[in-house]
Amino acid sequence: MTELGATAGAGADETGPPLIAMHGITKVFGSLVANDHIDLAIRAGEIHALLGENGAGKSTLVKILYGLLEPTEGEIRWRGEPVRLAGPQEARSLGIGMVFQHFSLFENLTVAENIAAAMPPDLSLAEVAAKARDVSGQYGLSVDLDRPVWTLSAGERQRIEIIRCLLQDPRLIVLDEPTSVLTPQEADRLFVTLERLAASGCAILYISHRLEEVRRLCSSATILRAGRVVATIDPRAVSAREIAGLMVGTALHDVVAGRGAAEGAPRLVVRGLSLASEKAHGQALRDIELAVRAGEVLGIAGVAGNGQGELFAALSGERLAHGPDVVAIDGKPVGHLGVTERRRLGAAFVPEERLGHGAVPDHRLAENTLLSRHGTGGLVSRGFVLADATRALATRIIETFDVRKEGADPRARTLSGGNLQKFVVGREILREPGVLVVNQPTWGVDAGAAALIRQALVDLARSGSAVLIISQDLDELFEMADRIAVIHAGELSAPEATGDLTRETVGLLMTGAAAPKGTVHAH
Amino acid sequence: MRIELQQRQAPSAIARLLAPVLALAAAFLLGGVVVAAMGRSPLAALDVYVLQPLSDPWALQEMVVKATPLVLIAVGLSFCFRANLWNIGAEGQFVVGAICGSTVALATHGTEAGAWVLPAMLLLGTLGGMAWASVPAFLRARFGVSEILTSLMLVYVAELILDYLVRGPWRDPKGFNFPQSVTFDEAATLPFLTDGGRLHVGILMALVAVVVAFVVMGHTIFGYRLRVTGEAPRAARFSGFSEPRTTFIVFAISGGLAGLAGIVEVAGQIGQLKPSISPGYGFTAIIVAFLGRLNPFGILLAGLVMALTFIGGEAAQITLRLPFDLTRTFQGILLFCVLGADALVTYRVRLVRGAPAQAAGRAA
Amino acid sequence: MSIVEAILLTIVTASTPLLIAALGELVTERSGVLNLGVEGMMAMGAACGFAGAILFDSTLLGVLCGILAGGLTAALFAFAVLGLAANQVASGLALTIFGLGLSGLIGAPFIGARRDPITHLHIPGLTDLPLVGRLFFGQDAFVYASLLLCLGVGWFLFRTRKGLLLRAVGENQTSAHSLGLPVLRVRLLAILFGGACAGLAGAYLSLVYTRFWSPGMTSGRGWIAVALVVFAAWRPDWALFGAYLFGAATVLQLHAQAAAIGIPSQALSALPYLATIVALVVLSLGRRRDTGAPGSLGAPFVPDR
Repeated sequence: MTELGATAGAGADETGPPLIAMHGITKVFGSLVANDHIDLAIRAGEIHALLGENGAGKSTLVKILYGLLEPTEGEIRWRGEPVRLAGPQEARSLGIGMVFQHFSLFENLTVAENIAAAMPPDLSLAEVAAKARDVSGQYGLSVDLDRPVWTLSAGERQRIEIIRCLLQDPRLIVLDEPTSVLTPQEADRLFVTLERLAASGCAILYISHRLEEVRRLCSSATILRAGRVVATIDPRAVSAREIAGLMVGTALHDVVAGRGAAEGAPRLVVRGLSLASEKAHGQALRDIELAVRAGEVLGIAGVAGNGQGELFAALSGERLAHGPDVVAIDGKPVGHLGVTERRRLGAAFVPEERLGHGAVPDHRLAENTLLSRHGTGGLVSRGFVLADATRALATRIIETFDVRKEGADPRARTLSGGNLQKFVVGREILREPGVLVVNQPTWGVDAGAAALIRQALVDLARSGSAVLIISQDLDELFEMADRIAVIHAGELSAPEATGDLTRETVGLLMTGAAAPKGTVHAH
Repeated sequence: MRIELQQRQAPSAIARLLAPVLALAAAFLLGGVVVAAMGRSPLAALDVYVLQPLSDPWALQEMVVKATPLVLIAVGLSFCFRANLWNIGAEGQFVVGAICGSTVALATHGTEAGAWVLPAMLLLGTLGGMAWASVPAFLRARFGVSEILTSLMLVYVAELILDYLVRGPWRDPKGFNFPQSVTFDEAATLPFLTDGGRLHVGILMALVAVVVAFVVMGHTIFGYRLRVTGEAPRAARFSGFSEPRTTFIVFAISGGLAGLAGIVEVAGQIGQLKPSISPGYGFTAIIVAFLGRLNPFGILLAGLVMALTFIGGEAAQITLRLPFDLTRTFQGILLFCVLGADALVTYRVRLVRGAPAQAAGRAA
Repeated sequence: MSIVEAILLTIVTASTPLLIAALGELVTERSGVLNLGVEGMMAMGAACGFAGAILFDSTLLGVLCGILAGGLTAALFAFAVLGLAANQVASGLALTIFGLGLSGLIGAPFIGARRDPITHLHIPGLTDLPLVGRLFFGQDAFVYASLLLCLGVGWFLFRTRKGLLLRAVGENQTSAHSLGLPVLRVRLLAILFGGACAGLAGAYLSLVYTRFWSPGMTSGRGWIAVALVVFAAWRPDWALFGAYLFGAATVLQLHAQAAAIGIPSQALSALPYLATIVALVVLSLGRRRDTGAPGSLGAPFVPDR
């Protein structure tokens, strides 16, 4: 373990035992050691970061801390006393609060009901609502308690989680990737709230992979890699690059972007695409216009739930547009054609969800090659599956994209997120598609895999394909995209060259606060 | 005390094969408990239900005859269940198939119509079953109405239609007012495989269905389509497989096979239409499909096993005066056991002592 | 008593078992569990209820036997779907087959036995009012109990904290689990409640509606109750409306048969089943996207630990 800098926070209480101390925490799932003898201590008033790649064991550790998982080995001490957390109720009664990454909310219930669901059962709904009103006033977290959750934005939803947490009068708040669904402006508001909480003596465990945030907010950080603690540091005293090195274990290469062809022919064109959502509380698309040219990467930024899934479905042909001309691939109208026909015209698609959408979890990799390639030749003959051909293709994908796996042809669900994503993206790129639409290419993927995927996408564009990337990760878009547009409430802003944009302007567009479409180009 | 389940990384092949055997053993044990609770000897029941039929050549033939409709229907249902679509109205499709096929038999009754009668009956029976099954398929694809409820409701409707026909327009005028049609001519009856035996050519059709289903399910893109649709519907859409179309096709297949089973049963076994032409084959076939793990050859074996419970049930009714409902009870127990055994294949199950970990604080 | 009054009275009697069974299934489904075994549980309730009433010579004890039988068969289902995470649709079918079979065994010795009519409410003056008197003030206790049950379920679901807990578990089991809500325990109780209601509905059929037991007497009522829950968009008030609508259809169909209006009796008997299909289609036209179904309905739940 390396010690870089001192572990001391500004408002931290330096005397006595730490508020919470985890000693030698180990968690084993089957043959996987998710946490391997982890030590972690947090003092009151301290904002402590838990850093690590996807798959490093952060989520497992916080689930243990919140009583959702039982550690296989190890001890938790609360104010010096050993405790056994049998469930979230016990964690909450000690004073541990949790803000989940994938919010633990109930879409069809009102805000007040959502808050009440986590409160002791002897309180009436009215009492819960009154308390919630107090807390939201006290911390400036405004939400309408009577609205159903499905009508709320990601930022508002997070506020509910935080209020729910604060109502328990917590001594320690755990936030799991809290800014991943927020705009930069919303994130700033969150930081203010967290700093106020810390100043009042509350300890905060802040989980993130965004190093700049951590360096700005946190006074100490524990870094995990492959289930082990590799360092405990003062993030303000260490550069982001050094921290990244500790997280990943090897030096990372930046994506070599190069400039995209400015005047390539448009290969994917969308004109006046409007589409009602088929989900109960989905986002309708409104009059979307876009064109992706040969050789360029077009990025679409936006907060989750603003129509990204619907846009992907309409572009891929999973849902059909209203007329043939609404979507065109290489000049051919395809709005009325399904996924397979669009693939035959040279398009390829990578959906957001790997397991269950981009791959069938319980199917082997060879079978999963069929999923998107059964209609484009080579794998099926007269209705019969050519098993050897699927195996050969799987092997080619695995070798070309460095997919790490156990066994000759494992089931998709046994792969790590990063490796499965490499397989899914590789399956499409190996076809050398003329148009590639990718939704959240590196969501929940480790840094090494993310770098490989991004480079492959950029290389594909440079070879003359049109690449459309829908992503919530602004860093990723600024790194790869030649132009960026923003989707908000089902509307798409006009794309701008990446060089002309700042994170702030994109952030404003993501909240819908900026001028509506069209006026951007008016000057 | 509570049960904890942990998903197995790779369910073993042996466990998969053993699960149905284990389920069968458990079901016999529980069935014995039921018999004992009725104040009868479980061993005597086992003897009558299982051992006697298995040692009697005539009963063995009868078992194959009874397995025929079960296997035909269950093979069709396995297509549905693979795609996670729930056609539980095979009993109705069976009845409609029998009715439609019989129209030819009744229309040509007493005429010199030739060899075309039987194929026409089989074809119409199949089409009738398909048509009946396409109603729930259409309602699901077009309106999103649960196919479970609609396919089941149509069972009652089909049985009422049959009841109406054999009591009304199709009743045999010389049948002493019994609710039944005329007995089919020889041209409208399935030929026997052996002279004086009970085995008719319907058995061959069931075998063909098993082999074809095995090839389609395991080696074609259509089989792949069904598995993707069943296991990951969003992935199926991503793959370009339209769900409404899948729904129509699997309902047509299962309805068609159930309809075929219906006309085969009437033309091969019974020889006329009656109000009750099925002791619940359409429902029992659901159990056959699961007991056979949706594998065509597994279904073949499972069909024979379930046919045994019918034969044994009839024998027990006569010799032990055990009601036929005992067979139904046993079938229900068996389906529970099959589903439970599946859980043992998928999960590592362990019993944990003490109160549920999460109960604390919320027990009120 | 006028013919209209008689028809109205039979409609109430025909609707009550549907309402009770549908309310039970509604609570089960609100917790996220689809129990298709209502028909089997109802059959068990009918057989055990009748057997109990004969053996103890008490309608009340008979009803308790019916409730108990429904609850016990539901416990079997709960063991499969909660304990072993078995497929809910298939387990429900197993329960139906099992319940129909076992109820046949239990009821067989009682074929031919008959129960006397049970006492109805009588308030001098009010009950004697023409047309509406017996309709509103002259029913048996179960009718009033079923209406109270409807109110009670509505109050429980939407006005109490425990009802909120149940809805939360059915709406999103993952969120509920991560908040530490006892998903499986809530579901166990909801399944048992559903079973008890189905058992009560079955007992009502054999003890009040027909007053004798015959094999297969539930004749699809359990399935209609399941359909009613969809029809009612998982709301108790609409379940009340739906149950009476179906009860009315059943009774009018019977009266039409009796009146021998020239339509084959089988066509009239098929009406309730066809009406169920039509009702489901019509309802789906009204709500293409939001059916009101609980978010986690039918999904198995296996938490890590």
